Amino acid sequence: MSNFKVFMNGLVKENPTFVLLLGMCPTLGTTSSAFNGMSMGLATTAVLVFSNFIISLIKNMIPDMVRIPSFIVVIASLVTILQMLLQAYAPAVYDSLGLFIPLIVVNCIILGRAEAFAAKNSAVSSLFDGLGMGLGFTWALTLLGATREFLGTGKIFDFTIFPEEYGMLLFVLAPGAFIALGYLLAIVNKIRKA
Amino acid sequence: MKKLQSTLPNMAIVLTLISVLAGGILAYVNSVTEGPIAQIKEKNLADGIKTVLNAQDLTVQDSKTLDAGDVLYITDKGTAVKTVTNGFGGALTVLVGFDNEGNIQGYQVLEHAETPGLGAKAGDWFQKDAKGDIIGMNPGKKELVVSKDGGDIDAITASTITSRAFLLAVNNAYKSFKNAAVTAPAIDDKAVTAEPASDEITKE
Amino acid sequence: MAYILIFITAIFVNNIVLSQFLGICPFLGVSKKVETAAGMGAAVAFVLTIATIVTYLIQKYVLEAFHLEYLQTIAFILVIASLVQMVEIILKKVSPALYQALGVFLPLITTNCCILGVAILVANGTYASYNVEPSLLTGVVYAFSTALGFGLAMIVFAGIREQLSMVNIPKGMQGMAIALVTAGLLAMAFMGFSGVDGGLRQLFGI
Repeated sequence: MSNFKVFMNGLVKENPTFVLLLGMCPTLGTTSSAFNGMSMGLATTAVLVFSNFIISLIKNMIPDMVRIPSFIVVIASLVTILQMLLQAYAPAVYDSLGLFIPLIVVNCIILGRAEAFAAKNSAVSSLFDGLGMGLGFTWALTLLGATREFLGTGKIFDFTIFPEEYGMLLFVLAPGAFIALGYLLAIVNKIRKA
Repeated sequence: MKKLQSTLPNMAIVLTLISVLAGGILAYVNSVTEGPIAQIKEKNLADGIKTVLNAQDLTVQDSKTLDAGDVLYITDKGTAVKTVTNGFGGALTVLVGFDNEGNIQGYQVLEHAETPGLGAKAGDWFQKDAKGDIIGMNPGKKELVVSKDGGDIDAITASTITSRAFLLAVNNAYKSFKNAAVTAPAIDDKAVTAEPASDEITKE
Repeated sequence: MAYILIFITAIFVNNIVLSQFLGICPFLGVSKKVETAAGMGAAVAFVLTIATIVTYLIQKYVLEAFHLEYLQTIAFILVIASLVQMVEIILKKVSPALYQALGVFLPLITTNCCILGVAILVANGTYASYNVEPSLLTGVVYAFSTALGFGLAMIVFAGIREQLSMVNIPKGMQGMAIALVTAGLLAMAFMGFSGVDGGLRQLFGI
């Protein structure tokens, strides 16, 4: 499989959010606005690209029985590095994502890709797989965030489209996350079958 | 390269090696980012004090923590008070700036867990020229109360509880400011002695 | 009284799944039947309570004592992963009946983000609201109540999904789409509890 195909696979065909339904906690928890959704997506992408790359490089040095703990240590270290960097150089993003940054560790997408792809493929194609999956996650979260922000407050990326007073506040609140994702999923299902 | 076998020594060595390596890298990144993180915290507080006191150049002369948990930052342009109350969704931390007469110069909501789109509007609602403008008022002359409870401040639409909590925080901040000014005249001795009431203070 | 407040707030007002968005994967994944949902809820309650105690002690006596706070995430996830393994082994030996009931769910729990999430919240003391001092005991009460809230949400949701499986649903909405909309309605119902904690505070005078 060419690197381009690997990349597109994560972006569209096996989209982690809409097709594989992985990583639902950050998907619902951080998408109160398009910007928050995008930041979470990019943060996850960064971890995913590096974890896939590193794990693929060291895969032969790790005995099978301690595979999972080793992967977890690698992923947790990357997440902690990201957390410290965000806190130091992008405090606004750090504050708005809060608890969901350390929780990237338990995002099933990352350990799932390490197991299913990086442990079996070359470092370069693992890198592309991480990038594709990560960006697939990012556009899904941005779309969900934009939908919620638009319906809830009449804005997309803070750009006003209709006055805030007419927004359906529900979509910014917790129930709106579930409902918006449910309908987006139905639309995606429809498009995929067509 | 052949895959390592799952023998006990192999596993132990690999796991230890990975953990030590990870720990080392994290310690390094931590040492690099520690400085900037501490700086940001300090800068945020300094910026907050500047915003609520409406002044660009000020020096913090003294800061003290009161029994109730309120923190006072005394500057040459007035006093900023940090106080916490219960909002609708949890703790509501507010920084309020007073001039020396106790008039509200500005405020900032530092931390909150209010409902987005409703109570979370408190950060803008009570600012100057907004609907619930409280800037320039003096809680010592008249306590701040929402119009629903007989006061004259418009509550945030559909968020009366948050509004009440916010105004309570501002009133509490004022009380802390006032108490500290009475019990600690050391801040500016000359200004106090110029007043006739100073006798009572010296007696205490 | 503070414990009752934490208990009710964690179960109803700030339900871990429906308003905090933690533990969504098992919430959506193993909620097709009430029985499995209850099993998952029990397994989470068990592990979450133990994990919170262990991680709290590690945070206080190892990480904070040696100024290693930056190792929090890595230490906690390893502790939780090995704890789950240990619970599995011990249960198998000590109580085969309980292992039968919970065994299948235990491996899934490592990647359940509500365990790590709650452990971090308790260790950092950010779960306790104003006027309730964070301590080991309040942390444990909080963790256990959170797990009960998780179990409650799971069981109620599974009950609805059992009914849903018997009706005709438009093609596009089948499967996860309708489940998510249902979860949204459930979350809306739980929103009705918001503000209850404020009332309780007044009642208890906290």
